Amino acid sequence: MNQPLIVTATRKAGTRVSMAVGAVVVLVLLALPLLSLLPDGHALQVSAYTLTLVGKILCYAIVALALDLVWGYAGLLSLGHGLFFALGGYAMGMYLMRQAAGDGLPGFMTFLSWSELPWYWAGTQHFAWALCLVVLAPGLLALVFGFFAFRSRIKGVYFSIMTQALTFAGMLLFFRNETGFGGNNGFTNFRTILGFDITAQGTRAALFLLTVGLLLGSLFLCWRLTQSKFGRLLTAVRDAENRLMFCGYDPRGFKLLVWVLSAVLCGLAGALYVPQVGIINPSEMSPTNSIEAAVWVALGGRGTLIGPLLGAGLVNGMKSWFTVAFPEFWLFFLGALFILVTLYLPKGVVGLVKKRSQP
Amino acid sequence: MRSVPPVHPEFMLEPIFDQIGSGREAIGLGRRREAGLDTRHGTVLSLEGISVSFDGFKALNDLNLYIGVGELRCIIGPNGAGKTTMMDVITGKTRPDSGTAYFGDTLDLTRMSECQIAQAGIGRKFQKPTVFEALTVFENLELALKADKSVWASLVARLSGEQRQRIEEVLATLRLLPLAQRQAGLLSHGQKQFLEIGMLLVQEPRLLLLDEPVAGMTDAETEFTAELFRSLAGHHSLMVVEHDMGFVGSIADHVTVLHQGSVLAQGSLAQVQEDERVVEVYLGR
Repeated sequence: MNQPLIVTATRKAGTRVSMAVGAVVVLVLLALPLLSLLPDGHALQVSAYTLTLVGKILCYAIVALALDLVWGYAGLLSLGHGLFFALGGYAMGMYLMRQAAGDGLPGFMTFLSWSELPWYWAGTQHFAWALCLVVLAPGLLALVFGFFAFRSRIKGVYFSIMTQALTFAGMLLFFRNETGFGGNNGFTNFRTILGFDITAQGTRAALFLLTVGLLLGSLFLCWRLTQSKFGRLLTAVRDAENRLMFCGYDPRGFKLLVWVLSAVLCGLAGALYVPQVGIINPSEMSPTNSIEAAVWVALGGRGTLIGPLLGAGLVNGMKSWFTVAFPEFWLFFLGALFILVTLYLPKGVVGLVKKRSQP
Repeated sequence: MRSVPPVHPEFMLEPIFDQIGSGREAIGLGRRREAGLDTRHGTVLSLEGISVSFDGFKALNDLNLYIGVGELRCIIGPNGAGKTTMMDVITGKTRPDSGTAYFGDTLDLTRMSECQIAQAGIGRKFQKPTVFEALTVFENLELALKADKSVWASLVARLSGEQRQRIEEVLATLRLLPLAQRQAGLLSHGQKQFLEIGMLLVQEPRLLLLDEPVAGMTDAETEFTAELFRSLAGHHSLMVVEHDMGFVGSIADHVTVLHQGSVLAQGSLAQVQEDERVVEVYLGR
């Protein structure tokens, strides 16, 4: 009789500790942008570099969360989520380029001696339309791709390969100058967003806070989803899709919804990434980026919501240190990390922590 | 437990007293869909002239089979006789090359998808017990429970007290109630078999297809399953594929022997066992 009581007690204490840690992390994240507004030379001032770095990692964390939703819960390993991220980024970048160019054409177009904007640039000077594009571009692409892939019952490794081919194709397309997205230079030299100077500390702080808001919002949304019957159906799709069909569910609809939702979350993350980092180019679509996102999720712990956030934070934190200290060895280290996690930590860091707390 | 009385083909004009639909019918709303399967001719399933071939191999060859309303039919036959392929055809997993398959008198199974067929009221248990291993026993039944199974309904679904009660009732029947909160992946083989049968029951199908339901069960469990199936017959129609002759003998009204993709013999188990062709197929010359 005593044992279960003890187990529940430690579990409760465990949740209490993790809640406390979570609250501290959120408070720190909210404090960072405020501290960055302190005057130069103040002891507590957070530099623009740190703020941008953390903001970038937060955007990646949203991607990790979105990827975990489709991989950890619905069992669809996407190796092309970088494409959706980049599409959201490009949609925001179009607006920023129009802002920077004023009434004229964006710089790279005059360089190509184009005389007018391509049709798909229409309306991008309006922030509201750019926001719609941020959602629509990745959302519609995911909808069309998902519709055909799920209708043809493409699963497992074939699905992963197709997503990777998709992002690779996207990268090649965006590398071309004729596509009208700045070729291999992409978009950069942004000046203002909604009339505010994009490099001003206030703007940076606001963008950072928006990113924290989006992260918390997506976390809440994913949490609600996974706690609902819909979430249980996703794990059912992952574990026994046939059984689910013979229970009378059409798995295609469930997969499609979660797939599109995941793509849209990535798009939103990309849209917040671009103004903070100040550049978007086709290398964001390279398959290695998407694979790296899968490493974040695997390292943190698939099928948990906190795991991918931890994974994205840990790997990117290490990356920014490593690429300064031993720039040549980063990729070897990343590969070794992935192998070690797959072999020894199938449930990721979160699994390790859980194991420790329940002897 | 909702029950639909069997329709007697001989008394087609007999009023049907069904607890859920009669009031609606009286005021001209028609019967509810649950009771709407048209079985006026007394058959719940009719397979006629079904042929299926895989790369030239004829898995089913001009198969004719009828299952009556409320009947418990056992299908036996040597390996490769086409038993599982027949189930695949009925559940929409495999499309026949020729022939017709009707559920009731009106639903053409060859034109419906797997999930439409399941929603129309055919439940299937796989040969290898297949449950949602990451979920608890209770959650497994929650997903299988008869309800609106669209995406939007699943986003907002909450279990009503009645539904919860229904799940607990089935768990109690299957003696799984103490394990309700256990993860399904941790169950024993026999318990998984029962869980899968429970998932069929809460789906409230008119026809249950059971592929080797007692494989891997202890004698006591087998006996319990036989009792359970006998109590289900009448309200539901059952089609059981099984190799265990003792089990077949203890439950079946009728036995159908399949051989090389078509029906070799039909009748009671004793009749079938005396049939010389059946003996030949099973024992060789």
